Amino acid sequence: MDKIRLATAWLGGCSGCHMSFLDLDERLIDLHGRAEVVFSPVMDVKRYPENVDVALVEGAVANSDNRELLETIRANTRILIAFGDCAVNGNVTAMRNGIDRDEMLKQIYGDIGKELGRSIYSPLPVLEETVLPINKVVTVDAFLPGCPPHADLIWHVITELLEGRIPILTEEQLKYG
Amino acid sequence: MAKPTRQITIDPVTRIEGHAKITIHFNDQGAVEDARIHITEFRGFEKFCEGRLVWEMPGITSRICGICPVSHLLTSAKAGDDILAVEIPKTAENLRRVLNLAQWVQSHALSFFHLSAPDLLLGFDAAPEKRNIFGLAEAHPEFARKGIRLRKFGQEVIEDLGGRKIHPVYAVPGGVRAPLSVETRDKILAGLPEAYDITSMGLEYIKAFIETNHGKLDVFGNFPSLFMGHVTAEGALEYYDGFLRVVDSGGNIVADMLDPKKYNDYISEKVEDWSYLKFPYYEPLGYPQGNYRVGPLARLNVCSHTGSPKSDKELLVFKQMAGTRNVVLNSFYYHYARMLEVLFALERMEELLTDPDTVNQEDYRARAFSNKPHGVGACEAPRGTLFHNYTVGRDGVIKHVDMVIATGQNNLSMNRAIRQIAMHYISDPETEITEGILNRIEAGIRCFDPCLSCSTHAIGRMPMQVQYIGPDGTPLRTKRR
Ligand code: SF4
Repeated sequence: MDKIRLATAWLGGCSGCHMSFLDLDERLIDLHGRAEVVFSPVMDVKRYPENVDVALVEGAVANSDNRELLETIRANTRILIAFGDCAVNGNVTAMRNGIDRDEMLKQIYGDIGKELGRSIYSPLPVLEETVLPINKVVTVDAFLPGCPPHADLIWHVITELLEGRIPILTEEQLKYG
Repeated sequence: MAKPTRQITIDPVTRIEGHAKITIHFNDQGAVEDARIHITEFRGFEKFCEGRLVWEMPGITSRICGICPVSHLLTSAKAGDDILAVEIPKTAENLRRVLNLAQWVQSHALSFFHLSAPDLLLGFDAAPEKRNIFGLAEAHPEFARKGIRLRKFGQEVIEDLGGRKIHPVYAVPGGVRAPLSVETRDKILAGLPEAYDITSMGLEYIKAFIETNHGKLDVFGNFPSLFMGHVTAEGALEYYDGFLRVVDSGGNIVADMLDPKKYNDYISEKVEDWSYLKFPYYEPLGYPQGNYRVGPLARLNVCSHTGSPKSDKELLVFKQMAGTRNVVLNSFYYHYARMLEVLFALERMEELLTDPDTVNQEDYRARAFSNKPHGVGACEAPRGTLFHNYTVGRDGVIKHVDMVIATGQNNLSMNRAIRQIAMHYISDPETEITEGILNRIEAGIRCFDPCLSCSTHAIGRMPMQVQYIGPDGTPLRTKRR
């Protein structure tokens, strides 16, 4: 059997979930023996590849770049996992949702605020009006909560997937924060 | 015929901590005119923290960044100490310092081994799909494994103290949440010999690399600037407390024993019309002469000594290798400085852990209500000096937040570095722009180990340029704030 093709991606988050992934430590090397990591911010692959088996997605949808990447991931991935509280429920990234976006942009940038990122030629993404957990944008196959999820839990989920099972988390393992 | 004006975009910049794009701009003759790093993230912490309690701030602001949460935790707790108007117990200070040093080890190990070593060991021109920690583990398994273990050591010390590796809720205004037992102390001490070994390996590696590539590294952000960092009252290397010192590119002390709480008096921020990020500068020298660098290289440049024997010896070697008795100007030396700082962190950690004040003391937290309307915390973070500045109501509810972030202060320098690299490697308009050249430009950014999750916490005062580029790559018009 071919190796499982694994991706990790980050949207609007603090990269703490990825740091917890790196806390797999020596298990990262085992992982690389059993799965092929094909896309990740710790790699130089700039475009999301086709035919990915499993993707761990950190962070919420905070801007149009996040949305676009998430949609690309969904279209090219068999099992998409909401990785960490920001992806699962918005968490800290969504704390700005109480503030009106356009008002906030106007306060910061003046009149140009409402145009930011709106031109197709702009290098900047446009901010979402409300930060969204990823299942509000695409279908999510599994949820892995935690801020960040503990490395042992990440390992449990990945090894289950490598064995061909969809991981089921016990009540003990299902914790936020 | 002159080539049309064009632009190349590197999107996203990878193996850095956060979201960014780089653009390289060419003039009518086809030569590089400029290179810029654009930060595409926006988070709004300063705004949504309004209305929270000062006691909650360490827990919230550590979520600014998953790589250096400890720096935000400590800086926030220090701003809280100021608002409570308390002096924290000696034990609490020692334990906060140990936590901070542990973060130094993990964060620098990440930057050196996981993110930058692939360029150093596999080569800037190696196949992009191999140029990462996994490719490194295939080609140099021992080296990669050791790098992973060094980071793990730092993360485990954070967990030993704070109960978790990432976002520990350990420091609070007034002190820390728990004492350190003798058993845990001994466990940490037992891990030190291996950590020292790996650090020496890293140091020897980067020295040999610089020696072998002598002459080829002179364009990685090699320019005069000011440098700023904390020092002790004696001028020794300092991360947690102390005073700020500014030196110039000749090694002369421009300002010394500055009170970090008064950062607003000597640091100003310039708005450039082409970046999301502000450009801090040293106010008395004006802009852009007041351009200063922060972080590992800057700290080794400003301190007169480290104050610990092993790292002091290495500091002399460091300056000799750079061919100077004064300050080192080449940003490539950030990598070297990073490993030297890990050595210092381990030495200081050992000193603190064997200090009787650190272990098993009852007195580790002072309690008080909010006693002052205003508080500032400052610390060195792995990437440079970090400031949190809070205004609160009588009840400790936050009214206003201002933060100056380490990476932001290197903004001007990062842009200068990538411009230097781009101009060097694409000096001739006919040059074929290979993937390897683009990777070198990204590598210029990696010298600074920017933490963009941190830099983009802010909501306020970010300048802006929107450039409209036609379908053929020609900029049509530029809209400025
Ligand atoms: S869930 Fe927590 S650790 Fe993960 S990105 Fe969000 S804030 Fe960071």
